[in-house]
Amino acid sequence: MREGHFRNPSGCAVAAVIDRGGNKLTGESMISAIEVMHDRSNGLGGGFAGYGIYPHFKDVYAFHLFFDTQRAQEETEAFLKRHFEIVYCSEIQTRKLPSVKNEPVIFRYFLAPLPIKLSNSHLDEREYVARCVIKINSVIDGAHVFSSGKNMGIFKGVGYPEDIGRFYRLDEYEGYAWTCHGRYPTNTPGWWGGAHPFGLLDLSVVHNGEISSYDANRRYMEMFGYKCTLQTDTEVIAYIIDYLVRRQRLTLEEVSHVIAASFWSTIERKEEPARSQETLLRRMFPSLLVTGPFSIIVGYSCGIMGLCDRLKLRSMICAEKGDRAYISSEESAIRRIEPSLDRLYSPAGGEAVIYELYDRGGQA
Amino acid sequence: MQLYIRPEYEVIRNEARCIVCRVCERQCANEVHSFDPETGLMRADESKCVNCHRCVSLCPTHALKIVKTDDTYRENANWEAQTINEVYRQANTGGVLLSSMGNPKPYPVFWDKLLINASQVTNPPIDPLREPMETQLYLGKRTIKVERDEKGLIKDTLPPQLKLSVPVMFSAMSYGSISYNAHESLARAAEELGTYYNTGEGGLHSDFYKYGRHTIVQVASGRFGVHKEYLETAAAIEIKMGQGAKPGIGGHLPGGKISEDVSKTRMIPQGVDAISPAPHHDIYSIEDLKQLVDSLKEATEYKKPIIVKIAAVHNAAAIASGIARSGADIIAIDGFRGGTGAAPTRIRDNVGIPIEMALAQIDERLRAEGIRDNVSIVAGGSVRSSADVVKAIALGADACYIGTAALLALGCHLCRSCHTGKCNWGIATQRPDLVKRLNPDLGYKRLVNLVTAWKHEIEEMMGGMGINSLEALRGNRLMLRGIGLTDTELRLLGVRYAGESL
Repeated sequence: MREGHFRNPSGCAVAAVIDRGGNKLTGESMISAIEVMHDRSNGLGGGFAGYGIYPHFKDVYAFHLFFDTQRAQEETEAFLKRHFEIVYCSEIQTRKLPSVKNEPVIFRYFLAPLPIKLSNSHLDEREYVARCVIKINSVIDGAHVFSSGKNMGIFKGVGYPEDIGRFYRLDEYEGYAWTCHGRYPTNTPGWWGGAHPFGLLDLSVVHNGEISSYDANRRYMEMFGYKCTLQTDTEVIAYIIDYLVRRQRLTLEEVSHVIAASFWSTIERKEEPARSQETLLRRMFPSLLVTGPFSIIVGYSCGIMGLCDRLKLRSMICAEKGDRAYISSEESAIRRIEPSLDRLYSPAGGEAVIYELYDRGGQA
Repeated sequence: MQLYIRPEYEVIRNEARCIVCRVCERQCANEVHSFDPETGLMRADESKCVNCHRCVSLCPTHALKIVKTDDTYRENANWEAQTINEVYRQANTGGVLLSSMGNPKPYPVFWDKLLINASQVTNPPIDPLREPMETQLYLGKRTIKVERDEKGLIKDTLPPQLKLSVPVMFSAMSYGSISYNAHESLARAAEELGTYYNTGEGGLHSDFYKYGRHTIVQVASGRFGVHKEYLETAAAIEIKMGQGAKPGIGGHLPGGKISEDVSKTRMIPQGVDAISPAPHHDIYSIEDLKQLVDSLKEATEYKKPIIVKIAAVHNAAAIASGIARSGADIIAIDGFRGGTGAAPTRIRDNVGIPIEMALAQIDERLRAEGIRDNVSIVAGGSVRSSADVVKAIALGADACYIGTAALLALGCHLCRSCHTGKCNWGIATQRPDLVKRLNPDLGYKRLVNLVTAWKHEIEEMMGGMGINSLEALRGNRLMLRGIGLTDTELRLLGVRYAGESL
């Protein structure tokens, strides 16, 4: 059985770093951070998301794809040609390691939507691209788009995260923000698409936990055209955030009041306008409350967000040093790459920690 | 020629225990018991006994029991005694057979073929004694477009919703079918529990207007007791299109139960059968329903949610889809095991489908059409325990209606004779001497006890699943597994078989 044919909960390690001034750092620092938390993974999945890594192609969408078969690649490329102008494409360069086995064919495409197709679709550009991604992943057997944002990329696979990072030669990429993930699934997936981060457009999510609200969330999200093909918690959380931020235009902090909402009794004690705003958000989106243990790190063009479930059933710690901010499952991972910190703290359950670029990457 | 029909039950009196206090005689409105001055002993005429257990419960020396008779016709698996007796009864009288309460036939109960999940290792169970556990919810439309004011705050554009502190409401039971004291018990319990009771189609007694914030008023095909103040007093308005116990026909209140007070509340003549029409004569189609929804909203200035209640029938999913597009805020579905104060036996026992199937299919259909947020779903008929509530919510319900369980809490012993109007427990009667047997001070407390107990059990089950809010349970079908079900049943319920992993 492969990922997507069964539900696969997993324990994990997560970590992230951002340079708020926009200075670049290589993927190597993330690799050494996650390596410290080796025991939180079991060699069945690891991955990274890097932001700001494709400055030369920053205005087009970078698709990363896994192909199981030649035929899947041909079908996908035919689909891509019908919907996009392929600006550049190549196999993703990897370093062969004995510990990373059975890798699929891994390709990268830089894509610009075909203007006529886009305007005929009556969709905004991002919705158009998102639908194409969902279409490929749910319709073309043996093809999987695992990264689809601008000036960012996800790199993931089956193995320990430090090995996956070296396999993808992340020491050769430079970005202003990185997130990473080591996976401890309770099933044997053996499929690369199931690893984290999970992404859609520039949004990426790494997640530690097993949510108990999964099917309530999934069945709700599928009303809006999302197809949860992987049946993982991370996938549904990513779709929820995409839906709330991109389609309902909520802020990330408002998103945290939906998915990790305060208890009614806590909300009642809050000051206005927080009380009425949080009440309203819970009444508007009750089916998007996520229960059960989770700690997630969300990456997006402007920054990173850390968030735990409202009971804080998974560990998460945040730190700051100069322009740099860190989020991790364990303090050890942060100390590994920055031994002396200005500030170190544990956010409360349901408390969103948001670190953004000082200039928000030029975005509003 | 009248054929003698052997009574189904026999009254057995232990003469050694009986002290001839004659409590049984005074308590039995059916006049089963009598004192024989010649022998100095009590006698029983079991042909009048409905097996309501009033005498058994109140006998101070526990000298009484009711047993099923062992008298038998020649055994026949096709022609059971009850079937034969019903033929005799109809040949005797030429009448339609009447029954009360829910379908007693041994149809499958799918609640009992669903099992609930619990967390182990990978995800901790949550202890409701030590951690917050939320059973609060809102019923109504959730279709929204996020709009912001000049300060960037989200505007409250939500349509009116009902706030419940527990996912259980008391379903429609009219004043007339049940007593004043039963209604008072339900109203006070709803208020104390932070939930709602439902007037049924019998109007609202003027004494109970003060409970309006916890009252759902019904507008049924007979329009009994419907006027402006009635609508304005309520928290929500329910249009009754059908009832699970008798899909396809209207209500039936025997004239014997229409007292002066009931007649006043219903705005109908005293002592005459109140038979509401099978259809609403202004609703012959879905577009007509929309007009009634709109008129009621207009009449109450769009301040109250409108519920449309339908019986679970074969095409329930498509009907619900139409209702979800009619402007209604809530759909109430009533399964074929739901109760009634009076229904033709053949209808009650043979028409409609189980609530579990109707609920699962309606929730699925509304999601497939992307309109699940247009309405909340309330499931009833019959929900017997907190486990049924949890399963209903996991299948996709927002909340449940309970009727029979609430009456049991008030003392009902399910003798299924409500239509006779001689309820010895003071529930389904209008006879003042019987009504006063139900003390609303105690009755409402028993209802509060029942629902509070269920709430604790719901919290325990949710905590076991690692869920600390009802919202995360709604439609969470992976939390259910089927047992003893066919592939078709599993498909319709949208659940996997016990043992199938995540």
